Amino acid sequence: MTARSRLSRLVRDGRDAPRSAARLLALLVLASAALMVVDARGGTSGDSPIDPARAAVGTVVGPVEAGANSAVRPFRALGDAVRTNGHLRGRVATLQEQNSDLRSRLATEPVDRNRLAEYDGLTSAAHDTGYTLVPAHVVGIGAAQSFTRTVTLDAGTSAGIHADSTVVSKDGLVGRVVRATRDSATVLLAVDSQSVVGGRLASTMKIGFLRGNGSLGNGGRLSLDLVDNAVPPQVGDAVVTWGSGKGGPYVAGIPIGQVTKVSTSPRELSRTATIKPYVDFGALDLVGVVVAKGTHSDRSLIQADGKVQ
Amino acid sequence: MGTAWRAAGVAGLVLVAVVLQTAVLSQMPVWGVTPDLVLVVVVGVALVRGPEIGSITGFCAGLAVDLAPTADHVAGRWALALAVVGYLVGRLHAERSAWGGDRPLDAVLAVGAGSFVATSIFALSGFVVHDATGSVGRMLVVVGIGVALDMVVAPILLPPLLSLLRRLRPAHQALI
Repeated sequence: MTARSRLSRLVRDGRDAPRSAARLLALLVLASAALMVVDARGGTSGDSPIDPARAAVGTVVGPVEAGANSAVRPFRALGDAVRTNGHLRGRVATLQEQNSDLRSRLATEPVDRNRLAEYDGLTSAAHDTGYTLVPAHVVGIGAAQSFTRTVTLDAGTSAGIHADSTVVSKDGLVGRVVRATRDSATVLLAVDSQSVVGGRLASTMKIGFLRGNGSLGNGGRLSLDLVDNAVPPQVGDAVVTWGSGKGGPYVAGIPIGQVTKVSTSPRELSRTATIKPYVDFGALDLVGVVVAKGTHSDRSLIQADGKVQ
Repeated sequence: MGTAWRAAGVAGLVLVAVVLQTAVLSQMPVWGVTPDLVLVVVVGVALVRGPEIGSITGFCAGLAVDLAPTADHVAGRWALALAVVGYLVGRLHAERSAWGGDRPLDAVLAVGAGSFVATSIFALSGFVVHDATGSVGRMLVVVGIGVALDMVVAPILLPPLLSLLRRLRPAHQALI
């Protein structure tokens, strides 16, 4: 082989490497696009061909997420107590001088107490609303980068949860289940900007539609558009779900929030009320999923009469 | 070490990143945004192994993010975004080998650029398939915070990640 042909081959090889990578990228981009088309087309009718793959990944990853979450839970609760509670700060400082056994007890005790209080609250929520609830913990929160506000629960179809079940906490409406695998369920929060909930003003019984603003923190608000604008909503009015029949996606009579502001738009001749939700979406832990009475479940159900079975 | 072992090692890293991101880091978000560990892993793989392996890893990792719980968007959007990032950063790797240098700052900048490209592609693909996206203003804020957070975690994660990935690389690529 002459030097010249060797050189030309070297140049060709050098060019071929990026070219084959670009070809591969084009292939992968096409594959992604095909996947999106297949999923988006099926997604509207609720039975996407991708769903079995989702269920399979959820079955594998769901329990791992739940395990990782319960491992960091005590540390997170300790951090909250130190940040939010002045006298706890002093208490923790003294305890830090004591032995590690006491420290670890301090770390887990507030969590246990909080959880007990939450279970109590959920039991009374079941009693107040008259629905049967499956208790579940929030183990994963979707990042804002995905532009939908969703959370993962550590219970799925084996606990009796299915898509389009209502999710409540002790304070009120959380959202609805959009997808459930054997051991996990994905919940679209009511505060998500894509979520639409039928609401009813408790004082006038007028109905309307609530949309979220996508913010989980203190700025999380819902806007209420009333169907009939004859009677304006008042600041302080409570809003409850109006219920979409057959128990899904939203059952009736769950408290959603309180009217904090009423604004009028002269151009649209309609009034929009801003609702502050009762639920703190930034601090979700124990929630209840509404299921039909007598549902077969592998965990204990909280019955409407407050009993745990 | 065989190809299967190397692939399993990378797959394990991606899985750990997906779980950490959805279950652990999501507990401490900054304005709802969490650092994108999966992206950091994809950038690391692409830097060490080049555009082919980079884009394949990006595609598979994106698919895992698309399908794992808490995801409620049309599948394939993160796969597309991370495949493109894997390719682009992999091209950078080829250029780097031409300089013959290994500058740590480049890797951090690659993560920042990758974060910008990936989140932007993800958000824009949402417009195309009529999936959920926020307003454009909110989108820019999220992209901005995301880039900043990813560049904060990158200097911590990249050194051990890159040295691990170099150990997982076939012998004939060990020049860089």
